[in-house]
Amino acid sequence: MEVAAFYGFSLLAIIAALFILFSKNLIYGAFALFLAFLGVAALYVLAGADFLGVTQIMIYVGGILVLLIFGIMLTQKKKNDDPQHHNRVEILLSRGIWGSLLGAGFFVLLIKIVATANFKMTGDTISSKSTIKTIGVELMTSHLLPFEIAAILLLVALVGAAYLAMNRNPAP
Amino acid sequence: MTLIPLQHYLIVAAALFCIGLAIAITKRHFIGILLGIELMLNAVNINLVAFSRYDPERLSGQLFALFVIVVAAAEVTIALAIILRVYGYYQTVDPDEVDELKK
Repeated sequence: MEVAAFYGFSLLAIIAALFILFSKNLIYGAFALFLAFLGVAALYVLAGADFLGVTQIMIYVGGILVLLIFGIMLTQKKKNDDPQHHNRVEILLSRGIWGSLLGAGFFVLLIKIVATANFKMTGDTISSKSTIKTIGVELMTSHLLPFEIAAILLLVALVGAAYLAMNRNPAP
Repeated sequence: MTLIPLQHYLIVAAALFCIGLAIAITKRHFIGILLGIELMLNAVNINLVAFSRYDPERLSGQLFALFVIVVAAAEVTIALAIILRVYGYYQTVDPDEVDELKK
C-alpha cells in the first residue's frame, strides 16, 4: 500500500513536471506545477514529515502558486489580441536542444552518483509519531538564530516587494 | 511497515531537479524560469527530508527544508515585483530582449 502510494505520487510529480516542460501555454504549466507540488507534499508525508507536507501545501499551493498565476496574468502581451496566442512561450530550437541535453546529462550523472554511493545509515529510522513537537523544540532551542534571521528576511522581502511594485512614475 | 529505500527518493528528486533545470533553460519567459527554479528547490527539499528519516531525534534535514521553503517564498515575491517593474518598463517578458540597463 505504502509502496504503491510512493510510486503513484512520484509518477504524478514527474509527469506534471514533464508537462510543464513540454506545454507551450504558461497558465497550463502553472496548474501542472500545482499537481507537482501536491505530489511532492505526499512524498514528504510518506517520508515521515507530516508538518512539512502541510507547510508545503499551505505555502507553495496557497501562496507561491497564486502569486505566479497573478504574475502571468499581469504580464500579458498587449500586441496580439489573438486568443490562441495568450501566454504563448516560443522555444528556440537551439535552446530546447541545449536544455534537454544538459538536463539529461545531469540526470545521468546524478543517477550514477546515487547508484555508486554507499550510504551507511546509523541510528534508527523515524517512527510514526508526529514530528511537530521535535520541530518546535529544535526551532526554539538550537535553531533560534536562523529562525529569527528568517523572520527578518521575510520582513525585508515584504517591504522590498511592496516598494518595488508600487506604481511609481517610470520617467524621473 | 515496509520502508521505501532511500535511493528511490534520491532518484525521484534527481529527475525533478533535472526537469526543473531543463525548464529554466528552455522557457523564454521570466515566470517560466521561476517555475523551473521552484521545481528545483522542491527536488532539493525531497533529498533533505529523505535523509532526515534517519535522524528522528534532531530532524536537521526537515528544519533545513523549512528554511529553504521560507527563502523560496521571499525569493518569489521579490522576483515577481522585479518582473512587474521590468515589464512596465520594457513591455516584454522575454529575457533575451532585456539587454540594456537603461533604455
